[in-house]
Amino acid sequence: MFDLTPEEWTAVQLSLRIALVATLVTLPFGIAVAWLLARKNFWGKALLDGLVHLPLVLPPVVTGYLLLIWFGRKGPIGAFLDDTFGIVFSFRWTGAALACGVMAFPLLVRAIRLSFEAIDRRLEDAASTLGANGFWVFLTVTLPLALPGVIAGMVLSFAKALGEFGATITFVSNIPGETQTISAAIYTLTQVPGGDAAALRLVVVAIAIALVALIASEWFARRAGTRYHGE
Amino acid sequence: MLAVDVEKRLGEFRIAAKFETMGGAAALFGASGAGKTSIVNMIAGLVTPDRGRIALDDNVLFDSVARVNVPAHRRRIGYVFQEGRLFPHLTVAQNLDYGRWMSGLPPDPAEHERIVSLLDIGALLPRRPGRLSGGERQRVAFGRALLMKPRLLLLDEPLASLDRPRKLEILPYLARLRDEAKVPMIYVSHQAGEILRLASQVIRIEDGRVQAAGGLELLDAEAAR
Repeated sequence: MFDLTPEEWTAVQLSLRIALVATLVTLPFGIAVAWLLARKNFWGKALLDGLVHLPLVLPPVVTGYLLLIWFGRKGPIGAFLDDTFGIVFSFRWTGAALACGVMAFPLLVRAIRLSFEAIDRRLEDAASTLGANGFWVFLTVTLPLALPGVIAGMVLSFAKALGEFGATITFVSNIPGETQTISAAIYTLTQVPGGDAAALRLVVVAIAIALVALIASEWFARRAGTRYHGE
Repeated sequence: MLAVDVEKRLGEFRIAAKFETMGGAAALFGASGAGKTSIVNMIAGLVTPDRGRIALDDNVLFDSVARVNVPAHRRRIGYVFQEGRLFPHLTVAQNLDYGRWMSGLPPDPAEHERIVSLLDIGALLPRRPGRLSGGERQRVAFGRALLMKPRLLLLDEPLASLDRPRKLEILPYLARLRDEAKVPMIYVSHQAGEILRLASQVIRIEDGRVQAAGGLELLDAEAAR
């Protein structure tokens, strides 16, 4: 049962790569937006908050279609990126990563924002009386104390990216070896006669990856947590 | 010398305080809720006054007319908080070094050694604050504030969170700090006893205002109560 065919392996590796790239690339933006929402009051804050959370409530197909319109080769942003940097999203694995990143972004921001809000601001005051400017306070006090939340957000984002289906398939289709992730492969296999065994194999792989990610995050978060209470 | 003349409205409460200190140890004395901590926060730069002027020696830290407001991280004023506020994710040694790193000061092993032994915290260096007793934590907080080589040390009820035996354990260290560290101190407290042991000058705060300023004789009435 556990001999994956080369095609299935490709889908697994592709899924992992897409989810990892989506999580790592969105992380800095997620931290920045979470910090803005947690700490700053500015005009348009409610709008930014709403925009960030939109992919959570919109039908994924709508998000995927909007990405297609904007980031497709003919789309305003897609055409610009293609002409200027040679970056192409449409029907590439990079597009799948973009779709996954956008869909996972609300979860990433939410987890990090909550951990920023839970930090004792008085520790930041103490750091500034010791000579740390805003940037150093953030780097040496705020971010390390928010680390468990950052890790939780990354795992959520990774899991969401791994399972993303609707926006990805709408934006970059379902091309084996390029944009066909585990989810898309399972879906395809269930549509063809005799695909059940292969679909089941991929289902087991998906469960295994999700479990490993959860356990790893738990371990990281606990390690980060114990650091604050001695040991 | 520290010259303070500030006004600040905090909701219904209004602070309007004017006083000067002469170096050495000056006490801000008054009941809880009299506005002492707010005044000290303004000196440290953590709270911005609505109006007024704060100057340390020839250095203007805040002046609402001249629009001067030196940010907290450039004031070089050490601050020991009531609850210590040690960084929980750093060891004691890293907490002690934090101010030096952030202020860009070169290492000074002799001074480090002197303060660590003065406060008797050598054995705590590798530990994290979560595992320290309240008294140990406060001693580390004194060390952290001193090792940034402050021009002024603010102590906001540093003993208030400790029980009586711990207080008695810390008081001698504070007296040694005053005598040996040679940094001018502002000591905030509502305990006349602590002030009698530590301060030479008393500024009495009531309801956000300076009600009297002078020597330790200001505490006599308090002690008689």
